[in-house]
Amino acid sequence: MRGLALPRSPKVILGLGILGFFIVLTVVGPWLAPYNPSSTAFTALLTPSAHHWLGTTSLGQDIFSQLLVGARATMVVALVAGLVATLLSMTIGISAGYLGGVPDDGLTLLSNVFLAIPGVPLLIVIDSYLPVNSRSNEFVIGLIISLTGWAWGARVLRAQTMSLRNRDFVEAARIIGESRRRIMFSEIAPNLLPVLASSLLFTVLYSIGAYVTLAYIGLTSTATWNWGTMLYWAQANNAPLSNEWYWFVPPGICIALVGTGLALVNFGIDEFINPRLRAAGLTARQRRQLGLARRARLGVTPVLRPAPSRRATGVVAK
Amino acid sequence: MRIVARRLGLYLLTAWVAVTANFILPRLMPGNPVQTLIGKITSQVTPAEIRAIRLSFGMGFKQGVIAQYFTYLGQLFHGNLGISITLGAPVSSILRESVPWTIGLIGISTIISFTLGTLAGAMLGWTRGSRFDSLIPTATFFQAVPYFFLGTVMLLVFGSNLHWFPVLGAYSQSATPGWNWTFIASVLRYGELPVISIVLSSVAGWMLGMRNMMITMIGEDFVLMAVAKGLPRRKVIAHAARNAVLPSIANLSLAIGLVVSGALLVELVFNYPGVGDLLLQAVLNEDYPLIQGIFLVITLTVLAANLIADVVYLVLDPRTRSEAAV
Repeated sequence: MRGLALPRSPKVILGLGILGFFIVLTVVGPWLAPYNPSSTAFTALLTPSAHHWLGTTSLGQDIFSQLLVGARATMVVALVAGLVATLLSMTIGISAGYLGGVPDDGLTLLSNVFLAIPGVPLLIVIDSYLPVNSRSNEFVIGLIISLTGWAWGARVLRAQTMSLRNRDFVEAARIIGESRRRIMFSEIAPNLLPVLASSLLFTVLYSIGAYVTLAYIGLTSTATWNWGTMLYWAQANNAPLSNEWYWFVPPGICIALVGTGLALVNFGIDEFINPRLRAAGLTARQRRQLGLARRARLGVTPVLRPAPSRRATGVVAK
Repeated sequence: MRIVARRLGLYLLTAWVAVTANFILPRLMPGNPVQTLIGKITSQVTPAEIRAIRLSFGMGFKQGVIAQYFTYLGQLFHGNLGISITLGAPVSSILRESVPWTIGLIGISTIISFTLGTLAGAMLGWTRGSRFDSLIPTATFFQAVPYFFLGTVMLLVFGSNLHWFPVLGAYSQSATPGWNWTFIASVLRYGELPVISIVLSSVAGWMLGMRNMMITMIGEDFVLMAVAKGLPRRKVIAHAARNAVLPSIANLSLAIGLVVSGALLVELVFNYPGVGDLLLQAVLNEDYPLIQGIFLVITLTVLAANLIADVVYLVLDPRTRSEAAV
């Protein structure tokens, strides 16, 4: 499994740390919340203090509790949508790439259509027709978001599958007489793992954005707490113009941090797939420690080895 | 030209899917949406309005569904998008006023952001491993911030606190709309902050994509060759960058959709009189004909932008042209 280990660059470690923190928050957030986020028992519009770390809303709700409780819905929707979309893009992308011919034409056309339709406006139309009780259901929203978010992954996976389909190991599996489904999902899919992981991170990132957008314009139930509804209420009560930064800045920063974490881990996967990007992940000090030339030079891809015995000075690519 | 024709076919198909979704969705809605909607409208509802609402949900037709579908397509061809439930005016005339604002705002920001991002990405890719690499996590953060949130923060900091920029609206109240200098100057002035917000949120995406392509390009033999024959550094960078930018342009179609989705909400933050602001009003009032009309116009505009990007790509990359000739 050594080959599957992510490059240990500071970017990846930072990204994994951020993601880990928010995943823990998803699980324990609602238990940590000091108050009921919907309770209007407090004085309205308090500024941050020891009792209310992030102050209170214009209805007298504790903002810090809303932030902690809202983490769960936001992350659950993003994960559900990301997983379903990745499954969809895996099935469609690998089938298209492996089967070729008419199925490929049809599936490629389908994903191109979904790529061309702007996702969020389509989501808004679909969501505005949902009955109100489905709008507060994280799984329904997650499924709908996944419908608009699978096409990009399918395109990438199709291209990768096509490059694998005539390799010897696939040929061998075909000769043994393995079924098509087994070849696609047990032989080819594991080899696409880095691409799949990258596609998962990308769709989770898209899903958070889409969900928060829907919530922000009031298309999810405004009674369940997530970071988007917090922004919705802050905007509805003119918090940005009245300088109540503690109301709308924390949820926005949380969304951005989760996104940054996902993108940073994705850098690691990119570097894993494309080794030429790898040396870029090192700081000047690490390069010195590894005994590399001062900087990666043109046409030269430094090869990183942990053992300093052979002074790795850079090997000409190819 | 075969490639352009194929892409055009794809976009026509996509437009048809969007149009058909608009037809099917209201008819899938459970319960009696018309009654719910009429119950929500507090003012007097005229019989004509009730008819408009019923029609928008596919009720009160004497024809079958297939015939309704063709009537609907025919009306679309004549630019008839139905009547807005809350505003009472034809959707097409409402859109005619707000679409130019959106196209201007998003178009200009996208061009600025693409140019800036590509240039910066080319430099970052060329100087990889230098101290400029520390820009990457910052850029990633900006890429992950929702557009509307960044817009809100900009509004708070530079608009209402520092008073560097005018806030809310697209032009000053004192200017009379029209082709006069005061009005144009005022539009430009009011557009600054929304444009800066959209550029800040979208520039990182172009930059990071370009950087990765540039690093991959630098490893190619033709770049090594250019260095070996002693071309000045500026020319070598230009050589590599011209090839590295192609995937960015090829990916424009995906990116335009994402940028438009994000930028619509920026309008909302700044009360910009474009389609985004209209969309929010339509969503809040459950004005379905208006929501559908907006969705259709956005989709068609994005498709048109995609087609332009495809043609540009064809002009820039001779390989696609020769493939088409085969």
